[in-house]
Amino acid sequence: MSLNIDQIRGLFPVLHQEVHGKPLIYFDNAATTQKPQAVLDALTNYYGNDNSNIHRGAHALADRATRYYENTRDSVREFIHARESAEIIFTKGTTESINLVAQTFGRKFIGKNDQIIISTMEHHSNIVPWQMLCEEKGAILKIIPINEAGEILFEEFEKLLSPKTKLVSIVHASNALGTINPVKKVIDAAHAVGAKVLLDGAQSTSHLEINVQELDCDFMAFSAHKLYGPTGLGVLYGKREVLESMPPFLGGGEMIKEVTFEKTTYNDIPFKFEAGTPNIADVIAFKSALDFIKELGKPAIKAHEDSLLAYANERMKDIKGFIPVGTASDKVSVLSFNINGMHPFDVGQMLDAKGIAVRTGHHCTQPLMKRFGIEGTVRASFAVYNTKSELDKLAEGVAQIARFKNK
Amino acid sequence: MSSIKDIQEEIVSEFEILGDDKESTIFYIMELGGSLEEFPENERKEENIIKGCQSKVWLIADEVNGKIHYQADSNTDITKGLISLLIRVLNNRRPEEILSADLNFIDRIGMGSIIGSQRSNGLSAMIKQMKLYAYAFQTKQNA
Repeated sequence: MSLNIDQIRGLFPVLHQEVHGKPLIYFDNAATTQKPQAVLDALTNYYGNDNSNIHRGAHALADRATRYYENTRDSVREFIHARESAEIIFTKGTTESINLVAQTFGRKFIGKNDQIIISTMEHHSNIVPWQMLCEEKGAILKIIPINEAGEILFEEFEKLLSPKTKLVSIVHASNALGTINPVKKVIDAAHAVGAKVLLDGAQSTSHLEINVQELDCDFMAFSAHKLYGPTGLGVLYGKREVLESMPPFLGGGEMIKEVTFEKTTYNDIPFKFEAGTPNIADVIAFKSALDFIKELGKPAIKAHEDSLLAYANERMKDIKGFIPVGTASDKVSVLSFNINGMHPFDVGQMLDAKGIAVRTGHHCTQPLMKRFGIEGTVRASFAVYNTKSELDKLAEGVAQIARFKNK
Repeated sequence: MSSIKDIQEEIVSEFEILGDDKESTIFYIMELGGSLEEFPENERKEENIIKGCQSKVWLIADEVNGKIHYQADSNTDITKGLISLLIRVLNNRRPEEILSADLNFIDRIGMGSIIGSQRSNGLSAMIKQMKLYAYAFQTKQNA
């Protein structure tokens, strides 16, 4: 069933404004999506009616807040089809989720000369935590190469695998290129040598159906704010047996079973990894974002976004000086490009003057940019509320800007 | 040669013609970048890059008959346009003129909202570097 995009747009107050005297066209969704009214209402409602610290409260408000907080955990479980809600840990975001795995799983199970494999197209947040770990432990970081289209070379990946491989941490969908990686194949191959797999789902979760049990990944990290939810909130999914084998991340309240000055015993998962008062309001509001996605249905969202990307490619391909970056056959709705002879920052600023919000630069993927021999790109990324008429404006804008250097 | 004040007045009235239209203003700034004199290739090196700019900006300065001659370049066209404005105001002047210059045209044309905060910081870094050169040449002249 096709979606009523006008009606969907009506749910997002921020979209209905002018910037620089032009109607806002928001194409920076890979950085963060806008929030539907229901999410804003949930935030206000929590602070207006239910504000209370969760767990162990012997009063009605604490009880209510706890219930809503845990409801979101159940929704996240359903959203990624995890076996049980205890496998869902709330964090600050994808970055913290990955760091949690590096600092707990990594420090316990990865040692000298062990290997960690990542790909060329990783976000810095899926590079730096592993570099830090490798430096500390004397482990080795291996990189899966990619082709010109921005796809991993699977045979090269297989060559990297060995009994020394302890972890493969790979992006599900690339933020800079949009490439969807063949993660099921990656996971199976990694498991065959006994390695665990972490999926960076920051860019995939808003577009693709996720079933962590079918994928059989050991960890998955993603952020609420790229899923129409609030900022400052993320999720780490982990298989129960893996999470239970890991030491805690931060020490403090909530994560303990019993504390004496001699010895502390730790709480069960997920609480073992949620020290301190969590981001209660944002967790509660996140449920409204997940409900919004569920109501529309991922397949319908994906179909709409795929049609936007196909239309964008079609409109852009004949523009003189237009250089697409990342032309994988399987992509989420990310259009990364350069204009011959122009700096992406200039292109972005000129599009901004037309009311079009895009991102420019290296997109926190400097090694990937180096692979392509470029400094950065202009990235337009589409969400469910974007339209073909907005893409017409983008194409007209890009064509006009390109003429500046490509007469 | 017109005074620093006169040139700033000229620039302000040029931008007034463009009015509030951000798009044509940015195009105009980019066009201005084309007026920069050719930057010597051998000076395009790390030590001539201005720190604090997001885009790359190279700046060098020479003293000719007690006046400072600036040359600059950038890898982005908007930045080239901005630096061409600064050079137009400050080029071929005595160090003390440059040091005491009140570059009010930037605020008067509302440059901050045209180019955004990142580039405004870069613009401040360019001005600081140009004044540093002036200070260095003044110190040398007085020695």
